[in-house]
Amino acid sequence: MKKTFADLHLRANLKNRESAKRLITKAAELGYSMVAVPLSPEARQEELAWLRATCKEAGVDFVSRVDLRPRSQNEVLRLLRKIRRRFEIVCVSCESKEVARQAAKDRRVDLLSFPALDWRQRFFDRAEAELASGGLAELEVDVKPILALEGRVRVRLLSCLRREVAVAREFHIPIVLSSGAGEMILLRMPREMAALAGLFGLAEAVAAVSRVPADLVRRNRLKLGSGFVAPGIRVVREGSDC
Amino acid sequence: MKRVKRRYLLLKVEAERMPDEREFLDSVWGAVGKLYGEVGSSLTGLALIEYDAEKNLTIVRTELAALGMVRAALASITSVAGEAAAVHVTAVSGTIKSLHER
Repeated sequence: MKKTFADLHLRANLKNRESAKRLITKAAELGYSMVAVPLSPEARQEELAWLRATCKEAGVDFVSRVDLRPRSQNEVLRLLRKIRRRFEIVCVSCESKEVARQAAKDRRVDLLSFPALDWRQRFFDRAEAELASGGLAELEVDVKPILALEGRVRVRLLSCLRREVAVAREFHIPIVLSSGAGEMILLRMPREMAALAGLFGLAEAVAAVSRVPADLVRRNRLKLGSGFVAPGIRVVREGSDC
Repeated sequence: MKRVKRRYLLLKVEAERMPDEREFLDSVWGAVGKLYGEVGSSLTGLALIEYDAEKNLTIVRTELAALGMVRAALASITSVAGEAAAVHVTAVSGTIKSLHER
């Protein structure tokens, strides 16, 4: 069976629709069949509709994704209450330990992302992974910083990622590999992304661009569907003959 | 002695201006050297087999054991001769003939 490759972090600039369209088309050309463009919680319905239409035209499945940048634990809870049912993927950018811990244990969070440039702000340690293993959050790793950085900074990033991958493996936290690219020149084919993930020891890298993100989207679409009642329970049929 | 298994990679270069053979080769060796150092580079057995800038057809050869290393190095290329560029591996094969057939 042909693999479905997904890039859940295509940073298309929606202020420049032409370049956003080119980026989505390029992703389709490179072999992705599912893409997500991060939106802010205030994203308009018109933007979502445009993205959906553009992705359909390019022949890729559009996944709605929101990126949250909360500054406190309470803000995480408030934002999740507000937007969870509006988007298929919820990613929390963890810029403080307090936010990271709350996001890891909250079952409404799908992806945890950490700043690539400041290794002190990468809070994905054993405690974080333990919390995430009780929830549903997965670790997102962007490939763009590996391409854009050089020298000592890249060495530091690769070493952090290697440690995080080992922790994630220990606690069975799935890893989603995304491009994080905002320009066409930084987009890579799925298998090239997997090869780059080999640099920090991600053995199951092909699954991280295919099965893992596809399963995440499938699970959330089921949850957001009208028949969903609780995990494992959904309405199959309604009516007097049931 | 055991025969060395090799793989041939068909590449597509994306750049505003197609680099010449020397510029392309320099950037490939530069990327491999940056990621794996001189000892690592020596293990790849990397060689340029064919380079046609007009048809945008490039074939390189590598040892099978170093295929992952070479793929990662090629994917890490972001510029060639000072201009933004990307190198994509479009096919991998055990023979040059089958690459030409694709």
